[in-house]
Amino acid sequence: MPIVLATENLDKRFGGIVAANDVSLQVEHGARHALIGPNGAGKTTLINLLTGVLKPTAGRIRLDGRDITELKPHERVRLGIARTFQINQLFADLTPLETLGVAISERQGSGRDWWRLAGSKKGVVEESIELIERFHLADVMSERTAILPYGKQRLLEIALAFACRPRVLLLDEPAAGVPEAERHEILATVAALPKDVTVLLIEHDMDLVFSFADRISVLVNGALLTEGAPEAIARDPNVRAVYLGEAIDA
Amino acid sequence: MSATPLNTPDVARLVMSRARWRFSEIVFWIAALATIFLVPSRHLILTEIAILGLFALSLDLILGYAGIISLGQAAFFGFGAYCAGLLATHQLVTEPVLALALAGAATAALGFVTSFLVLRGSDLTRIMVTLGIALILRELANRFDGLTGGADGLQGVTIEPLFGLFRFDMFGHTAYAYSLAVLFVLFLLARRIVNSPFGLSLRAVKGNPLRASAVGISVNGRMVAIYTIAAGYAGVAGALLTQTAQFASLDMFSFERSADVLLMLIIGGTGYLYGGIIGALIFKLMQDWLASMTPQYWQFWIGLVLVAIVIIGRERLEQLRGAIRKRILRLRPQKHAA
Repeated sequence: MPIVLATENLDKRFGGIVAANDVSLQVEHGARHALIGPNGAGKTTLINLLTGVLKPTAGRIRLDGRDITELKPHERVRLGIARTFQINQLFADLTPLETLGVAISERQGSGRDWWRLAGSKKGVVEESIELIERFHLADVMSERTAILPYGKQRLLEIALAFACRPRVLLLDEPAAGVPEAERHEILATVAALPKDVTVLLIEHDMDLVFSFADRISVLVNGALLTEGAPEAIARDPNVRAVYLGEAIDA
Repeated sequence: MSATPLNTPDVARLVMSRARWRFSEIVFWIAALATIFLVPSRHLILTEIAILGLFALSLDLILGYAGIISLGQAAFFGFGAYCAGLLATHQLVTEPVLALALAGAATAALGFVTSFLVLRGSDLTRIMVTLGIALILRELANRFDGLTGGADGLQGVTIEPLFGLFRFDMFGHTAYAYSLAVLFVLFLLARRIVNSPFGLSLRAVKGNPLRASAVGISVNGRMVAIYTIAAGYAGVAGALLTQTAQFASLDMFSFERSADVLLMLIIGGTGYLYGGIIGALIFKLMQDWLASMTPQYWQFWIGLVLVAIVIIGRERLEQLRGAIRKRILRLRPQKHAA
């Protein structure tokens, strides 16, 4: 399988703190790749580096072999990297329908149209409906996002990233904070993502990681500790040592 | 609607419902039109209100729709005012409407250039930068008195009849109809803009710039665009004042003017386009009324109203309005259940 997303010797320092230390990560096309590690291991920093929210101190990032290290976040989105956030980052005053419409219009290149009404483009509306249904948001699609139940906001969070039609989707703890009852809806949605979308998942929930991922990278203190198939990672004594006290058996 | 499958036309209508003309809006504009015929004796103050309403609308475009705070919007108002004045005094463009459009375009260009200064930073830096730009422009106008007339203001502005037909009379009848027409046309344009995909993306940028860029929106690009448009609006407002008053002066750049327009917008409310116009109306009528009662202290009362609005909070006022609306709706027979 070809490599879609790769980092080469990526470093990120905040003053004296090393948040990413010589990270060379490769994600294959169509992979279900999980990134795990204890709190403060630098998982979210790595996502921020990949999406352009943070600039690396050293190292390169490549998408399909193309160097994207210098590109701005919105330019990377247009090339096919989308992400969700660990803490919801939504448009509180917009409805889910409008929220998805913004992303879809942007991707279709009509986000700057000022002379016609939002909602007048059939293509955008049809795709919004598709996403609304796929992510089970039909019952709340015209509510202000700010007042949606947390689980629905979480779904919208993923739907919004998905609306960018990413080739690589970075999910930062998609089920974080979701109550047990709503959890399975999120997990099912994540599992049902199309196979040609490459997914890099950051997660604390080991059940989710081991049921979902076909490849796992372990990040400790900003550096890659090891990488491998789930079974190998589960058996790895170093990983067990890092997670001492945490149940890793699936 | 959860059980039935969604169909495209219905959902499209739902998305576009925000842009639908409300009954209250139609009433608002009919009332505005009626003032031309019903209260000819008040046309002078109404002209001023229409111009200030347009000026406040320009601020609403950036503050209400993109979250950019400015305490120097008078920079553009004054620039447009002097553009129109100079076009007239030097007889460069004598057709008022064309001169107005040119003044607006020139001011938009100034807005574009200065927009890059307000992209970065917090609200506080934006307040400082916009304030600074207005001060700089005012001093430039003061310094180059050969061109601008300096502290004496720009004298000898004569405006040719509108379309070569309607003379600007001393009672302000032509001026008011003209100002109201300009306000209405630019309002329609603004309404179109804020309800477009571009306008929707602005609200996304205002709501969450981090996420906006994470769905592919160039946050800076959108801010530059709306800042430029808003500057053009403010420039047209200033140009209108010069044309209708046949005079331009340094106070058009003044800090008070920037502060007043922010007050008007806050009084009327941001983010629904009417706030600026309603705020200008309230502000100006209150000023007029209070000044006739207590000429020295009218600002005291304006200040009091402002503090009251902030303390009570717009949300509570909205709730009150919502409650009243519900009462009224309950009195009317329900036509259809949604």
